Amino acid sequence: MDWITTVDHKKIAILYLWAGGFFFGIGGLEAILIRIQLIKPMNTFLDAQTFNELITMHGTTMIFLGVMPVIFALMNAVIPLQIGARDVAFPFLNALGFWTFLFGGLLLNLSWVMGGAPDAGWTSYTPLSSTTYSATHGVDFYTIGLQIAGLGTLIGGINFLATIITMRAPGMSYMRMPMFAWTTFITSAIILFAFPAITVGLVLLTFDRILEANFFNPLTGGNPVLWQHIFWIFGHPEVYILILPAFGIISEVIPTFSRKRLFGYSSMVFATILIAFLGFMVWAHHMFTTGLGPVANALFSVSTMLIAVPTGIKIFNWLFTMWGGQVRFTTPNLFAVGFIPTFTMGGVTGVMLASAPADFQFHDTYFVVAHFHYVIVGGLVLGLFSGLHYWWPKMFGRMLSETLGKWTFWTFIIGFHLTFFVQHFLGLMGMQRRVFTYLPNQQFDTLNLVSTIGAGLMGVGMLIFLWNIFITSRKPADAADDPWEDGRTLEWTIPSPPPEYNFKQTPLVRGIDAFWKEKLAGHKSMTPSEPVGSIHMPSATILPFLMSVGIFIAGLGFMFSRDTFGSDVLSFLFNNYIVTALGLVITFGSMLMRSLFDDHGWHIEPEELEGR
Amino acid sequence: MMKTWQAGKRLLPMTAALGLLLAGCGREDLSVLRPQGPAAESSFDLMKLAITIMIVVLLIVYSIAAYVLIRFRRKPGQREIPEQVEGNFKLEVIWTVIPLILVVILAVPTVKAVFAAGNDHSNDKNAVKVKVTGHQYWWEFEYTDYGVKTAQDLVIPAGKDIAFELSTADVLHSFWVPSLAGKMDTNPDGTVNRFSFSAPNEGVYRGKCAELCGPSHGFMEFKVKSVSEAEFEQWLASMKAPAVLPEDPQLAETFKSACLSCHAIGDGTMGSGPSLAGIGSRESVAGILLNDDTGVDGAPILDNLKTWLHDPQSVKPGNYMPDPKKDLGLTDEEIDGIAEYLAGYTLD
Ligand code: HEM
Ligand SMILES: [Cu+2]
Repeated sequence: MDWITTVDHKKIAILYLWAGGFFFGIGGLEAILIRIQLIKPMNTFLDAQTFNELITMHGTTMIFLGVMPVIFALMNAVIPLQIGARDVAFPFLNALGFWTFLFGGLLLNLSWVMGGAPDAGWTSYTPLSSTTYSATHGVDFYTIGLQIAGLGTLIGGINFLATIITMRAPGMSYMRMPMFAWTTFITSAIILFAFPAITVGLVLLTFDRILEANFFNPLTGGNPVLWQHIFWIFGHPEVYILILPAFGIISEVIPTFSRKRLFGYSSMVFATILIAFLGFMVWAHHMFTTGLGPVANALFSVSTMLIAVPTGIKIFNWLFTMWGGQVRFTTPNLFAVGFIPTFTMGGVTGVMLASAPADFQFHDTYFVVAHFHYVIVGGLVLGLFSGLHYWWPKMFGRMLSETLGKWTFWTFIIGFHLTFFVQHFLGLMGMQRRVFTYLPNQQFDTLNLVSTIGAGLMGVGMLIFLWNIFITSRKPADAADDPWEDGRTLEWTIPSPPPEYNFKQTPLVRGIDAFWKEKLAGHKSMTPSEPVGSIHMPSATILPFLMSVGIFIAGLGFMFSRDTFGSDVLSFLFNNYIVTALGLVITFGSMLMRSLFDDHGWHIEPEELEGR
Repeated sequence: MMKTWQAGKRLLPMTAALGLLLAGCGREDLSVLRPQGPAAESSFDLMKLAITIMIVVLLIVYSIAAYVLIRFRRKPGQREIPEQVEGNFKLEVIWTVIPLILVVILAVPTVKAVFAAGNDHSNDKNAVKVKVTGHQYWWEFEYTDYGVKTAQDLVIPAGKDIAFELSTADVLHSFWVPSLAGKMDTNPDGTVNRFSFSAPNEGVYRGKCAELCGPSHGFMEFKVKSVSEAEFEQWLASMKAPAVLPEDPQLAETFKSACLSCHAIGDGTMGSGPSLAGIGSRESVAGILLNDDTGVDGAPILDNLKTWLHDPQSVKPGNYMPDPKKDLGLTDEEIDGIAEYLAGYTLD
């Protein structure tokens, strides 16, 4: 009950982590099945339809439901602490964002048991995703599930923007903000501008499918290429939504374990902003073979290549952060150090893809599969592992086992390169992506076998990580405030895990790496910027949960509104939009409750604070 | 500009070495890395340039990383605080400018090649015009200047430019012959994509569909057969010759009523299925059952036809051909008879 009603950012972080982990597990299982099917030519382990459903759900799940929530988990756990705040700006909305995300994700995955998963690829290109060519409810689960989950992401993004703009501790100017706070800020801004595009696209596609609208139907004057534009105007920034937080994590971990401040802080900030900006200008590089013409292709080629410049700045700044430092190979830092060469590989193949005439060959082949897995897995997932190991003691008060952490690192990264490095060559040798099997004697066999073995090894790495979490959770919660001893930012100044109110007194920030600065000056703790006083706390509430349940029911009702059911009662309920209405009543009813009954929250009094 | 070019030139030896190395990868009739025509070569040249630049970048990053990680490990007992360096303006400018230069080196030839690839030959009198239509899950080729339609095997005269017009009858597909040229989508909105390539060397090249188009997307393959000018003329002539029906009149009747409702032979109007004219001379049945009498890469055409006709769904899941036995009511003997007829229906 406590977990369903919580509005505390630290608990919501943990909710995001478990939910993200759960979906990540499903996506991982799907990946393993895909790789088993491709282990040899003309394999019959899976049939073609199931395979297409698996690739669609694997991509969709991983991007929207697997890594995004883990990113949000870390942001929720860390951002308020890093900027010296007591919570996010809108704790109620924070809970709402989580629950809509969770119920959207559940809805999407219900498709496995309710008559067919989406099968048109995670990009859902029309007309393949239209009812004519994808007749099950699969793609409806996709559009409606993602719509609901996307709502949560948008809410979360806006919340972080507001939090970072308004709730920084005294003295923390923008140019004193930790890098992870910066990348969270920019990521949230990208979410704010990119998610409305997919929202609109999903609405249009939903209307095409459920209300027989004709936005994308060529037979009635619709334009399928329009979907590609809408999708990628969201979809390209989305990959920066994913990678920027990883950049932020790496920028925290490397300085800590090099005992040096981040090299070129202001150029890092500048590069982050530039990447975000360019990220919006390059969507059509996913569409070089669509036939946009040489002018568009040339422009999008060159603008894409430009992203290499700010990215290069970041990589060299990380390397020079370590230069002259004292590098410690803790598990978080192993992942951060492994991130640099791996992500660089993904970056350089990105530049290769940016050259349109070369992309005519790369596009939709395993080369592209290799490229984006180097960025997303080799970049983001390594970054997330780094961040999770790094902040685990802060989130849970327990240190993960270093030995098991190192095992996780080595099995995972070796498995990763085995899986994906060879795929570059598969693509160049003529293997297209999204094929459920391939003919023998094309010289694809050995490399596919290697790739599948690698995937298995990555799976082992994941299992070791889970085992690590399991045995750690059985140990006493006795982590130190600053368990890595070289913590530089504010989260390391308070207990692990932090009390409900985070900071008894809001700290005064006197420079970049505020805590480190105090330590150098010989202080053990931050100088407070206020006397101990009564702390205002928001009340727990079940309303966000109820609102999301309502949207979930409404979505299901809408999706099945045109079906005929075996039972008359069901047909009556669905066909007359009664189920939809019921769901909306729950949601709007909860909103009404929220507006009518003012809840002023409660206070923690100074006596109580001192009494601890 | 001059400078850029010189930097590019310095990369040339490495490009050449790389080219040799990569050219060992994959089959000649399939691999992007073993281009067999000018269009694929232009892509390959850019790829070599890009890979070279990128390997240089990787080498730099990896050597710095290796140096740093070895040299600056924390030694036991090290307690003093390292100097907290803010940054270094000069260094930061250097690693902003160098990538910029590298980008320019790659961008200039890229833009050139983009516009070169945009050159279409649709008004070129010497080019052979082919209208390509993608279907779930087969390819239709119409030679508009000659009034000939065929499927699955694209026969072209070696060395001549082929001007393509790409469209689709249903969902998006993407037309791709890796060793001859990059891919191009077939769009369903009436916009026709044009591009062209040529195959100077005679031979058979493997083509693929590169855009997810349904369950049998992976099986939507085709062959490009580059033949001499004379052979091409001959092929055209025999494609235009009157259709040949099975000799046995009863079988002919069955074939007409069961198969020709969708398929065409000769210059008959095309239904929803691929043309079967001269199918005995094709490289494959259904694009993926490779006809090969030696049995190394496939099976003899008769076996392949029987495999297909006895169960089209198991060969290409989700395809739209009715099952001859179950849906069209043909007996096993009739099916085998039709298979024998089709296997013998060759072009001279
Ligand atoms: C017993 C009569 C039939 C025979 C002998 C026959 C034969 C064939 C053959 C040999 C192929 C492979 C063609 C190739 O390699 O290009 C094929 C494919 C096909 N046939 Fe038929 N066919 C018959 C009936 C039909 C009918 C009635 C339809 C239409 C409803 C049809 C629709 C198709 C389609 C759509 C394909 C393409 C499948 C793909 O490759 O995705 N066929 N047929
Ligand atoms: Cu396809």
